[in-house]
Amino acid sequence: MSGIPHDHYEPKSGFEKWLHERLPVVGLAYDTLMIPTPKNLNWWWIWGIVLAFCLVLQIVTGIILVMHYTPHVDMAFASVEHIMRNVNGGHMIRYIHMNGASLFFVAVYIHIFRGLFYGSYKAPREITWIVGMLIYLMMMGTAFMGYVLPWGQMSFWGATVITGLFGAIPFIGEPIQTLLLGGPAVDNATLNRFFSLHYLLPFVIAALVAVHIWAFHTTGNNNPTGVEVRRGSKEEAKKDTLPFWPYFVIKDLVGLGMVLIIFFAVVGFMPNYLGHPDNYIEANALATPAHIVPEWYFLPFYAILRAFTADVWAVQFVSFITGGIVDAKFFGVLAMFGAIIVMALAPWLDTSSVRSGQYRPAFKWWYRLLLIDFVVLMWVGARDTEFPHDWISLIGSTYWFAYFLVILPLLGLFEKPTTPPATIEEDFNAHYPGAAE
Amino acid sequence: MIKQLTASAIVALGLATGAAQAAGAGGEVHDTAFSFEGPFGKYDKEQLRRGLKVYTEVCAACHGLRYVPLRTLSDKGGPEYTEDEVRAYAAENFTIYDPELDDDRARVPADFFPTVEGEGMGPDLSLMAKARAGFHGPAGTGINQLVKGMGGAEYIASFLTAFNGKEQEVAGQYLNGNDVFPGGWTSMPPQLEDGTVEYDDGHNNSAHHLAEDVAAFLMWTAEPKMMARKQTGFISVIMLVLLTSLLYLTNKKLWAPHKGKKFNA
Repeated sequence: MSGIPHDHYEPKSGFEKWLHERLPVVGLAYDTLMIPTPKNLNWWWIWGIVLAFCLVLQIVTGIILVMHYTPHVDMAFASVEHIMRNVNGGHMIRYIHMNGASLFFVAVYIHIFRGLFYGSYKAPREITWIVGMLIYLMMMGTAFMGYVLPWGQMSFWGATVITGLFGAIPFIGEPIQTLLLGGPAVDNATLNRFFSLHYLLPFVIAALVAVHIWAFHTTGNNNPTGVEVRRGSKEEAKKDTLPFWPYFVIKDLVGLGMVLIIFFAVVGFMPNYLGHPDNYIEANALATPAHIVPEWYFLPFYAILRAFTADVWAVQFVSFITGGIVDAKFFGVLAMFGAIIVMALAPWLDTSSVRSGQYRPAFKWWYRLLLIDFVVLMWVGARDTEFPHDWISLIGSTYWFAYFLVILPLLGLFEKPTTPPATIEEDFNAHYPGAAE
Repeated sequence: MIKQLTASAIVALGLATGAAQAAGAGGEVHDTAFSFEGPFGKYDKEQLRRGLKVYTEVCAACHGLRYVPLRTLSDKGGPEYTEDEVRAYAAENFTIYDPELDDDRARVPADFFPTVEGEGMGPDLSLMAKARAGFHGPAGTGINQLVKGMGGAEYIASFLTAFNGKEQEVAGQYLNGNDVFPGGWTSMPPQLEDGTVEYDDGHNNSAHHLAEDVAAFLMWTAEPKMMARKQTGFISVIMLVLLTSLLYLTNKKLWAPHKGKKFNA
């Protein structure tokens, strides 16, 4: 399966041979687990395992929650309280699921930004990157719909605001919004279809994760140097790699353990820190909360959505040339989805011949600025839109687009990269002088 | 190596803190040193019992606790009354309509606290301590909530003692000035004065104490499993530290020959 030459599974006993001729499932598992992995991977590479763990955690806790939850506007809120008070261990299951979503997004953001720094998106790993972006989009959809299920005030009003975004699409927006809601407003039909999709999408994500893994097992992992594994022969490849099992499984589990220490401290000691107090008030269509704020993981993109108001000249310009079809609201929606699309197009926007950011002196600074930009957008997304927040979100949004659309293409042309090591082995031995002997 | 991992974990936490958001509150909420705060904080059983008394004699007139089963008054990590005491309390204080009798009957531990609705009645208090945040900021960073806690109970205690004596009538509704309530005016009249409730154990019953006690009780109604949760969290963290340490050593030994290092264990 992998392009890197390595030993494949050989059935030994009679039964193994019998099975292998009919269904090579053991061989598939063997080749997947024993894949040659660049031995210089650093600790930023553990987040894939954390993400896989999150998916399983959310599915398992979710299935248990469904056993006690009632998807009906009159009973949803009470059924969550029933879980919190009367179901054995229900409060832990629910808090783990609730904070599990946050852990999932912490992990996915670090995973994405790791890819952005080490150039993991660049050829030949474009498909891995694109599938990853699809997974991320699916995660956002799943998380958003999951947040509606407890039927609190933020659930209800968040759903109202976000589905309203689809209504901003010219001509077809309103029918789409009605279809999403199952009626003219957020109501029982909305809750039911969100519940149905919230249960479905994780399994779609699981399938996409399999494709994601298949894709990078075909190309081989990227690594901190961005230098490819030598593939001339098995012996050559072995100098650059170690098998995934046991070397990286154990290492990743160390990382996962450390992450879970923090996670369980949050669940045990401050489970509501990342949530909004208003969601402990049952949904009320007649009382709008003072501030409608999405969950923290949506804030950077929520800030981009709100940044483009009608007084921004770019918005006025686009509105003018489209004859008013693209108004400020639709512009904001386009910007929000566009922010993710430009990220997905990074493989083709980055023109640098060097893959890893470690060897790109100018890139490093622009990348750090992007990280800061992301955090600032997250912060400003939860603030009101008064001055200076409007300006901060506008500048932040502009930089986000500029990074992908201007800086990445131009840097590759003007930047003088330093020379990466010739091989992964060389990089590894430079870190561990004893290894060369 | 581990430094990098710790760094990524800190980044993770840093990303998360951007999140804690504000639910609107107006004036100053005082930071009260409640017994249940922090990773090792526990409910003070006596305080919960006093708070229940304040709720029963004062708040219950206009506020329900619809999500709280009466039987939980005898649960561990709560007021911990005996089952007989709970039965007596339920029968003495609350009735419920029974369709089989076509009449009201006394509540039993299997029933819930009453649901109170209708003209002039206040919101349900079951989850009030989690539905309000006493602390915010600074500047939307969520640091105060990280350090002091969300402050729901503090908000309630401060609100109850923040009436400033002003009154006004808006569209036929009487509003009372309150320095903590968002907007400064609430339809709830001031309730607690020094000595409003007489405690059985002779505990100090100044308005300030009454407010704190009922706030603690409402924290319990909102989060009845808090002590069990903290214990689970504590055990999880300890077990994970152990497991991770062992994995760390395993990993070190596993990689040692490839890194040209010696490993003795």
